[in-house]
Amino acid sequence: MSTTEQPTTPGFEVDPAAFRHLADAQVNVELDTGDMILNMGPQHPATHGTLRLVVRLDGERVIAADPVIGYMHRGYEKLTEFRTYPQVTTLINRIDWLSSFANEVPFVHAAEQLMEIEAPPRAQYIRTALTELSRIATFLLFLGEMGLQVGALTPAFYGFRDREHVLNLIEAATGGRFHPNFNRIGGLKDDLPWGWISETRNVMKIVLDACDVFEDLVVGNEIFQARTRSIGIIPGELGASYGVSGSNLRASGVDWDLRRDGAPYLAYPDLDFQVFTHPDGDSFSRYWVRLQETRESARMVLQLLDGMPAGPIMAKVPRIIKVPEGEAWVETENPLGQMGYYVVSKGATGPFRVKIRSASFSNVSILPWMLRGVYVPDVVTILASLYFILGDIDR
Amino acid sequence: MADSATLTSRITDALGDAVVDQGEARGTLVIRVRPDAWRSSAEILRRTLGFDYLSFIAGIDWMPAPVVGLVEGDTSTPAQPSDMTFGVAGSAGRFQVFAHVQSTAQHAGVTVRTDVEEADPRVESWVSVYPGADWHERECWEMYGFVFEGHPSLRHLYLPSEFEGHPLRKDFPLLAREVKPWPGLTDVEPMPGGDDEAGEEGTA
Repeated sequence: MSTTEQPTTPGFEVDPAAFRHLADAQVNVELDTGDMILNMGPQHPATHGTLRLVVRLDGERVIAADPVIGYMHRGYEKLTEFRTYPQVTTLINRIDWLSSFANEVPFVHAAEQLMEIEAPPRAQYIRTALTELSRIATFLLFLGEMGLQVGALTPAFYGFRDREHVLNLIEAATGGRFHPNFNRIGGLKDDLPWGWISETRNVMKIVLDACDVFEDLVVGNEIFQARTRSIGIIPGELGASYGVSGSNLRASGVDWDLRRDGAPYLAYPDLDFQVFTHPDGDSFSRYWVRLQETRESARMVLQLLDGMPAGPIMAKVPRIIKVPEGEAWVETENPLGQMGYYVVSKGATGPFRVKIRSASFSNVSILPWMLRGVYVPDVVTILASLYFILGDIDR
Repeated sequence: MADSATLTSRITDALGDAVVDQGEARGTLVIRVRPDAWRSSAEILRRTLGFDYLSFIAGIDWMPAPVVGLVEGDTSTPAQPSDMTFGVAGSAGRFQVFAHVQSTAQHAGVTVRTDVEEADPRVESWVSVYPGADWHERECWEMYGFVFEGHPSLRHLYLPSEFEGHPLRKDFPLLAREVKPWPGLTDVEPMPGGDDEAGEEGTA
């Protein structure tokens, strides 16, 4: 591992010959800038958790980078083999903790597919609305925090302030701000509370206004553009072969969104929405794409509220859930990218094997390639613009 | 989404005699290829068929987990069948590697898997085809002990470098469950709305 390599330091015995050249060194300024190894993290404000990044520097330039992950590894793939299906949703809430609700959906969906049941339309609509609300909450934090990484404090406050409105909505509906655990196999735990729909309409206005503010304050800012344009470029084809997904891949010009292009899930086929791409693939375009997607999500929530059907929120499911033998792969477009569960069942009350495909893991695996040749201050903006959650890398 | 029948025939035609078996996992095509054609299959999938996106590479251990150290009456661990059965497309033995690749242009995906020998778990590496395979294979190596031949540096990803054992193998015990009884045992709450299992407390 590169961590064991230390920069060579001179001992106490100094060769007298070195002093002879001291005078030369004053005149011919040719200092030896040997490679330096810089350790960023595990605690670093730009990393949303405990990511350690070992970078080898030549002066100000990174010549090699090695992300060291695993500080938060909780072994969820093993733990799922010791849990029943309803218990697993509690665990997977904690994978991507900024959009926990969106994490539950593909797993519950996989179990429903294997059991051949389908949640009623109202439950599907509420699930979609809450998924989009998690996306808005996640992206609002990004939109503010990305400003922070280039030295602008104000957007961070706006981001946190406006996200709070959305979190309040999620809390009102599910009872949990961050870990709702609201999905049940076959539907949802509860129906929406009174007044939630009208309150959500108000908040969506706040969100749309906030997007305009970020557009003026951050996207139009000269310093922000100087720090992000043409920095941290991911070519689309390379990004795909690394498994980079979601907004990061769309910012590289790949027109691929599982809500539109994947197997139909939730209420997305009923919605009218636009998928945004950007040809540049740099940090700026990743910010721009997420900003547009926040707006689009707010519009989708409004559409969902208008079309919300009446009816039950739970399908008829047996009290003890036994999932028939089989395999299912369900993938969804989560705020951070493609999230998927490969569930293997052997007819028991718990899964036999669950492969959790989380978005940030693959998004971050491109870092050794991306960081080669960039300057140290840009490392932070690149990390921030990739937007990963450590729980989503380490699982 | 491409038509699934044409997609299946396109893939099986292109892979040719590498295909051992095929199946379907709830709408997803699963293809089992010969172990010696693991890397060349990836090559065909990416270069010829346009599956440009690597979703994941993972291992699976089909052996039933040995039931040890459980306190009597502990129902916290879901009981799995005690005989070894294989999933879609079958398997020659205990270990398999499976991967999911997708096409961002055709909006289609396929799961490929291959058998791994238990005595000498070796698989060809995909890093030269999909660079993103690097981390997935490191994870698979430490969790299952599969050696990916041709991988540039197989070293620990999640676990500390001195860690011994392969945690996701079924015979690796989850010690937290064995040293201490499941807390749910002492705190049993009757199910609401009566119970259909006679003799259970709380159903007076």
